[in-house]
Amino acid sequence: MGLPLGWLVQMSVSGESGYTLSRYQTVFGDPALQKALWNTVVLAFWVGVASVAVGAPLAWLTARTDVPARGLIRGLVLASFVTPPFLGAFAWVMLAGPNAGYVNRLWRGVTGAEAPLVNIFTMPGLIFVVTIYTFPYVYIMVANTLALIASDLEEAGAILGAGRLWVALTITFPMVLPALVSGFILSVLQALALFGSPAILALPAGFHTITTQIWSLFQFPPKVEMAAAFSVPLLLATIVLLWLQKRLLGRRGYAAVGGKGGRRRVIPLGAWRYPALGACLVVMAAAIFLPYGILAKAAFSKAWAQPLTWDNLTLANFTFTFFEYSATRDAVVNTLELGLLTATVGAGLVALLAYIASRRLVVGYQVVAFLALVPVVIPGVVLAVALFIAYTRPPFVLYGTLWILFIAYLTKEMPVGYAQSDATFRGIPPDLEDAGRILGAGRLRVLGDITGPLARSGVIAAWCFIFIGVIRELSASIILFTPNTKVMSVVLFDLKEEGQFGAIAVLGLLMLALTFATVTLVQAVLGRDVLGARD
Amino acid sequence: MPCRAAAVLLAVLLAVLLAVLPAAPARAQAPNVEAAKKEGKVVWYTSLALPSAEKVAKLFEAAYPGIKVEVHRTGSQRILQRVMQELQANIKNVDVIHTSDAGHFVLLKEKKLLARHVPAGVETFPAGFKDKDGYYFGLRATVNVIAYNTQKVSGAEAPKTWKDLLDPKWKGKMVTAHPGYSGVIATHVLALVHLHGWEYFQQLAKNNLMLVQSAVDPSGVVASGERPVAVNGGDYTFYQSKKKGNPVEIVYPKEGVPLVVSPSAIAAFAPHPNAARLFTDFSFTKDVQQVMADSEGLYTGHPEVKYPADKPKLNELKLLVSDPDELEKRSEEIKKRFVEFFGA
Repeated sequence: MGLPLGWLVQMSVSGESGYTLSRYQTVFGDPALQKALWNTVVLAFWVGVASVAVGAPLAWLTARTDVPARGLIRGLVLASFVTPPFLGAFAWVMLAGPNAGYVNRLWRGVTGAEAPLVNIFTMPGLIFVVTIYTFPYVYIMVANTLALIASDLEEAGAILGAGRLWVALTITFPMVLPALVSGFILSVLQALALFGSPAILALPAGFHTITTQIWSLFQFPPKVEMAAAFSVPLLLATIVLLWLQKRLLGRRGYAAVGGKGGRRRVIPLGAWRYPALGACLVVMAAAIFLPYGILAKAAFSKAWAQPLTWDNLTLANFTFTFFEYSATRDAVVNTLELGLLTATVGAGLVALLAYIASRRLVVGYQVVAFLALVPVVIPGVVLAVALFIAYTRPPFVLYGTLWILFIAYLTKEMPVGYAQSDATFRGIPPDLEDAGRILGAGRLRVLGDITGPLARSGVIAAWCFIFIGVIRELSASIILFTPNTKVMSVVLFDLKEEGQFGAIAVLGLLMLALTFATVTLVQAVLGRDVLGARD
Repeated sequence: MPCRAAAVLLAVLLAVLLAVLPAAPARAQAPNVEAAKKEGKVVWYTSLALPSAEKVAKLFEAAYPGIKVEVHRTGSQRILQRVMQELQANIKNVDVIHTSDAGHFVLLKEKKLLARHVPAGVETFPAGFKDKDGYYFGLRATVNVIAYNTQKVSGAEAPKTWKDLLDPKWKGKMVTAHPGYSGVIATHVLALVHLHGWEYFQQLAKNNLMLVQSAVDPSGVVASGERPVAVNGGDYTFYQSKKKGNPVEIVYPKEGVPLVVSPSAIAAFAPHPNAARLFTDFSFTKDVQQVMADSEGLYTGHPEVKYPADKPKLNELKLLVSDPDELEKRSEEIKKRFVEFFGA
């Protein structure tokens, strides 16, 4: 961690002789790079706003009202949460390309219009696609908060004569505001760090974001120093935003939030039940049904834009992807190896760290927690640039091996895993352990007989989170791979650059199948859904 | 008498020797099949369209059981980037390098990264396919063309020349591949800069083109109808798409078509040198070259190769030929200005 980031900053300021800020001058003086910066700001801001606009009402509906099929909606939000965003972006190319896209052809067919309804290769198009896979962050924050706020306060308001809307505005809203803001910030961060979706939707339209720009600086002749200098603002922006989120959450904690007492009253929607369900399903259609459907269609057809007739039906994409395209097998093997290894090492490590931190076993346990969480501030592309610089030179030449990817994934997934493990260990009261100790068992025996079994499901959940994170990782992999260390996401990206729609669809479906198999496993182990909030 | 008979015998022997000898130097590095089998595989970084590359690989594996071909297909520029990045990290992975940017081979040769190897039979290839020092040879060729979707554009209104594409009526209806990814397109851009100057691309960019990466991709975009007109792309990709029944028609502009000869070479540091030579020789045999012409619609340098009747012969086309040295020297300029005009 320290080594790569040190190199990153060092590289960005080192010149021919001594240190220089000239790279920063070049970076911030170049109009093309300025534009990329501005595009990223626009993208991130609007994704944040749109995610709140979609995620918050959805969370309120499922947490507090009697909208039908709440379980289904939650399941679909979860599905959107784990869908690799670049797959979604790719599917939306087929759905809303201005001319061949299904949505637009339907629109033309129905209205006879000449102009397309939506053009996905635009900034609004990009914002839309990023949002439908980012709003779950807001949803999770808000739904979890709503689930913790007792209805007492709201009822008190109602008794005092306030209308339903007035209660929502003056009581419920202020209480979920911290969750809203932090959901907003998480969404912004997500949009800042994203590589795949801009590469698929912004490049064809002729504009860059910071991440695609950094990636293109790696093209021959590589300008690694420039990429390093360009990475630093992204890093700083992330740090500032996270710090802001922490301050906001820290300051605006209400006593009512976090308590488990009190009952949560279900608000009857009356006549609005089904329209509300309809609205939820529209969101889900955009995020799940349509994209998955078009991927499935492309996987089984010779030409994705043609109707699915017997003539167009084929299994050739499957045979090509699995038997003729030699890169597939290696990539699947590499991905699974890395997934298993990173998840196993990572889950073990975060469990150990969380145990140490929650039981205060060593001096400076706060530092342990901090170090485990700090990688969250490093966007994947920046991490990759730093690792590339650090590990293509002595003392450790790891570039070209799976180890460099392993380090990248482990670093990147550590915060998520740690958060999960931390919650697990905090949930196990030390009393039980103390009881064991009093009865004469050593710390290890207690760990094995009491803490271990209790923590098992939490550790398995952390394992699955890391695993899912690894198999979909693109932004760091795209810079760190070599032909022998390709992973599935990189192969998908390669295929995309060549326009091999059928093969992408097949491989994408495989990736989704792997992801959902893992999610099902977590749900079974945890006995609840992985989004965290209770129904 | 015996003396005369001996003289005749000698003369015959000499004649035979003379007939055989000239061929000998070309076979100086005749590949050692046994040694290649021991190496077990050959690693091929190639910019040949993926299905075509996998086909050539399967043919080789069938001809030489026990030697696997590892195909790593990506754009020409990405291949060069990989090779150089790997060298920087002291990784020796690639055996055979094949891109569509002849400039790459000028650069690689200059940096002494190529091994000299003259594949059997290439002496009959035209001059444009051969490096005079024997380091790289054109494995295949294609020409850049205009193509359109016949369901969206009628033959009458279809663009006929490169300049026709500047007409504002095509605004938002065209697709281009990227010289920062594809060697075919880098070569195309240089040829058209010679023909019409950079102003041509400056004006073309005003028509709001969709940008894709690979020179293979425009054919897919046109076939799906996402953009009805492609302003470049290898003619073989459109030809294949048309053969599959897609509504695609090819236009060979009369100002001339940029010829792209895609060289192949063996890396000086190749970890499987014998397999690399065997594979290179195999890829230049008439059979494989004929496969490329038949099923892929590519042009080749092999004089005996027969082309499909529905494709124009190379000598019937006005070819715009690019100089590899110039391609190498101006590669930065080509990429930079293209990005300047088209935005990414």
